[in-house]
Amino acid sequence: MSIGLTAWVALCQTLYYRTGNQLYLRMTRFWGKFMLISLAIGVVTGIVQEFQFGMNWSVYSRYVGDIFGAPLAMEGLMAFFLESTFIGLWLFGWGRLSPKVHLACAWLVAFGTALSAYFILAANSWMQHPVGYTINHATGHAQLTNIFSVLFNSTVLLAFPHTIFGAYTTAGMLVLGISAWSLMRGRHTELFSRSARLVLPITCAVAIITACFGHGQALLMDKQQPMKMAAAEALYNTTKGASFSIFAVAPFEHHPKRLNTDIRIPHGLAILSTLSWNGTVKGINQVNAAEQKKYGPGDYVPIIGVTYWSFRLMVGAGVLIILLTLAGLWLMRKRRLETSRRFQKLAIAGIFLPILANWTGWIFTEMGRQPWIVYGLLRTNDGRSPLVSTTSVVLSLTGYVVVYAILVTVGVRLFLKEIRQGPEDPAPPPPPGAPVSRTADLALAY
Amino acid sequence: MGHDPNFLQTLWFLLIGVLWVGYFILEGFDFGVGILLRAIGHDEAEKRAIIHTIGPVWDGNEVWLLTAGGATFAAFPGWYASLFSGFYLALFLILIALIIRGVSFEFWGKDDSPRWRATWEWTATVGSFLAALLWGVGWADIAHGVPMNAQHNVTATLFDLLHPYALLGGLVTLSLFTAHGAIFLTLRTREELVDRARAIARRVAPISVALMTIFLIWTAANQTGGVKASAAVVAILAVLCAAAAAFTVMRKQDGRAFAFSAGAIALMFVSLFCGLFPDALTSTTSHAFNLTLVASSSSHYTLTVMTVVAVVFVPIVLAYTAWTYWVFRFRIGAADFAGTGTPTPIAVLADKLGGGSNPEQPPEASAPSGAV
Repeated sequence: MSIGLTAWVALCQTLYYRTGNQLYLRMTRFWGKFMLISLAIGVVTGIVQEFQFGMNWSVYSRYVGDIFGAPLAMEGLMAFFLESTFIGLWLFGWGRLSPKVHLACAWLVAFGTALSAYFILAANSWMQHPVGYTINHATGHAQLTNIFSVLFNSTVLLAFPHTIFGAYTTAGMLVLGISAWSLMRGRHTELFSRSARLVLPITCAVAIITACFGHGQALLMDKQQPMKMAAAEALYNTTKGASFSIFAVAPFEHHPKRLNTDIRIPHGLAILSTLSWNGTVKGINQVNAAEQKKYGPGDYVPIIGVTYWSFRLMVGAGVLIILLTLAGLWLMRKRRLETSRRFQKLAIAGIFLPILANWTGWIFTEMGRQPWIVYGLLRTNDGRSPLVSTTSVVLSLTGYVVVYAILVTVGVRLFLKEIRQGPEDPAPPPPPGAPVSRTADLALAY
Repeated sequence: MGHDPNFLQTLWFLLIGVLWVGYFILEGFDFGVGILLRAIGHDEAEKRAIIHTIGPVWDGNEVWLLTAGGATFAAFPGWYASLFSGFYLALFLILIALIIRGVSFEFWGKDDSPRWRATWEWTATVGSFLAALLWGVGWADIAHGVPMNAQHNVTATLFDLLHPYALLGGLVTLSLFTAHGAIFLTLRTREELVDRARAIARRVAPISVALMTIFLIWTAANQTGGVKASAAVVAILAVLCAAAAAFTVMRKQDGRAFAFSAGAIALMFVSLFCGLFPDALTSTTSHAFNLTLVASSSSHYTLTVMTVVAVVFVPIVLAYTAWTYWVFRFRIGAADFAGTGTPTPIAVLADKLGGGSNPEQPPEASAPSGAV
């Protein structure tokens, strides 16, 4: 949400800078509030991410640190400093910095958040598809041999656009939903109509791009992590011309033996993953057998119910977003965007779709890699901190859940308050010769 | 495998030390400001002014910590793994403290109700207080050594880390950061706020000198293999610096006092780092189990890559950080926020930026025809 909102706010501010139209200034400041609330929560919870590898996964950290630490350190040095410094300059620099420099600050924040996503995804992609390393036989740890292979891993080259355009979709749907809520109540219609009209085509485009890169990822994953793709489809046996399952329910167990319900599209999966009517799609049992041959005896199958449903929810949410924004574009063409109550209601509900897709997407890609923490190299169970007790883990996890729940509650409350309050009123024409206090800009920040 | 770190390993130990020192100097004063928020700010305008002094910078200050963590992971994964898993619950408490104080500054101004304001003032104070205390406890534990087995896994519980020496370390950082924050406020605020901040600095700074002196003598006494000359010299300089800060703040030389208190924080941590070198973490179970920098280090190739990145980006980061402090160097007082005559933000901006100053342009001119 923050990645998308920083870009959106920078875009609004650019339009203001270019046109001088006060409407865009009010948009910048209104949407900027949501960006700040979202960033505040994102920044403080991000600290945990930087530390938790060493805390919970000390064996993993020793094993991969030579490789995994580098993108993390680069993220801190190149991206975190950039976004945190320039967000301070942007927030407190209204009227103090020149308009051009202030606008540059907005873009640097947007750039910093995107760059940070790149580095963390490069690190994550190495866990999905390790490259540019060798195993040091003296220490038994993975050792970096080529940093460029890690930074330009084929996995991250697809995961990054998928994630970043997904982030833009998330912010786009938020802006669209809030605009719809306000249009429905006939409040500040000019500002929200402009926002909706601006954000709608962008969101539709980025959602489609996200889906395309997602499809590319699926094809790549078929080569790199065949088990994850087979598990996503719950396809147990290698099949020629495989059908695509839309909705299936099975008994609640690790590897269900039978299905209670199953709705399928004939040949659907074969077409999606091989682009041919009778293409062959690999099944879980065959991949498992191949992995047993390669890595020794064991069970290499993730929890099928989780991978199957998280994948479907992600894709389903994505499809709904695309349909919703297409419908919005059609209404916009018909000049009914501001009047269609039905669309506005759907757009408000649509705020949650990208959030759902984001959650389920991450659950899918991480759960689908199990039992591996680094695919093919280290198992999750072997990567944890050996002396950290279950009590400590439960205690800290409970603590984080409680604190995060409070943050989310407060964040949502603030969002609702800002929505109800609406944007600032347009400025009255300044009385001739009225002096503006030297420090009046201070009131602009908090 | 020898025990003497090579050039790159030494360089990265130094750089990680610099990141920690930078973190404690910078976040040190914003911890102090957080702790003193309610003590120095009596009404809402004053509190707003106080929060404004660190508003633009606290977030950037915290990145020094994130980068120190990331750099340790990249350069000394073994150190990162042993330290962070070994201090599990202590770090958890610190992280929670950092989270609640961070959002406090951002949330505080988002609602007008007194209860809302009071809540986030208290979380800012308590979070800053806990973090300032616990960082000292943690680093005292590192200086002291921790129970650690042959696999370099720390065997201590949270309560094993809270021995008297470590608690004293916590009080040292708490008092140092509080004084540092008070001195910072004397430089960044106006009117009564300056006097109140200075009064607190005058009381706290001498306490920090006394605590630091005892702490550093105790540290030297803990060194079983004899006191290192480098660590001892730096420790003496740290105490002198802290004393100079206390002395100059009495004489109302606030700028100097700030430089000295920053120096005292820096030198104290440098002295602890000197004492640690060439180990990353010492074991109180057996010296044979000490984790050396060499044993915990990344490969030569990784260190080379990271060195190139650091050489390019550290100067850039330092440059824009310095620029931020330059932009926000002015003093802030309660008067800046008081009074009903404050124009609406948009009006101020329209005037300042000249964007909306064109009355000829009717606001509805470009409205879409479909708008209701």
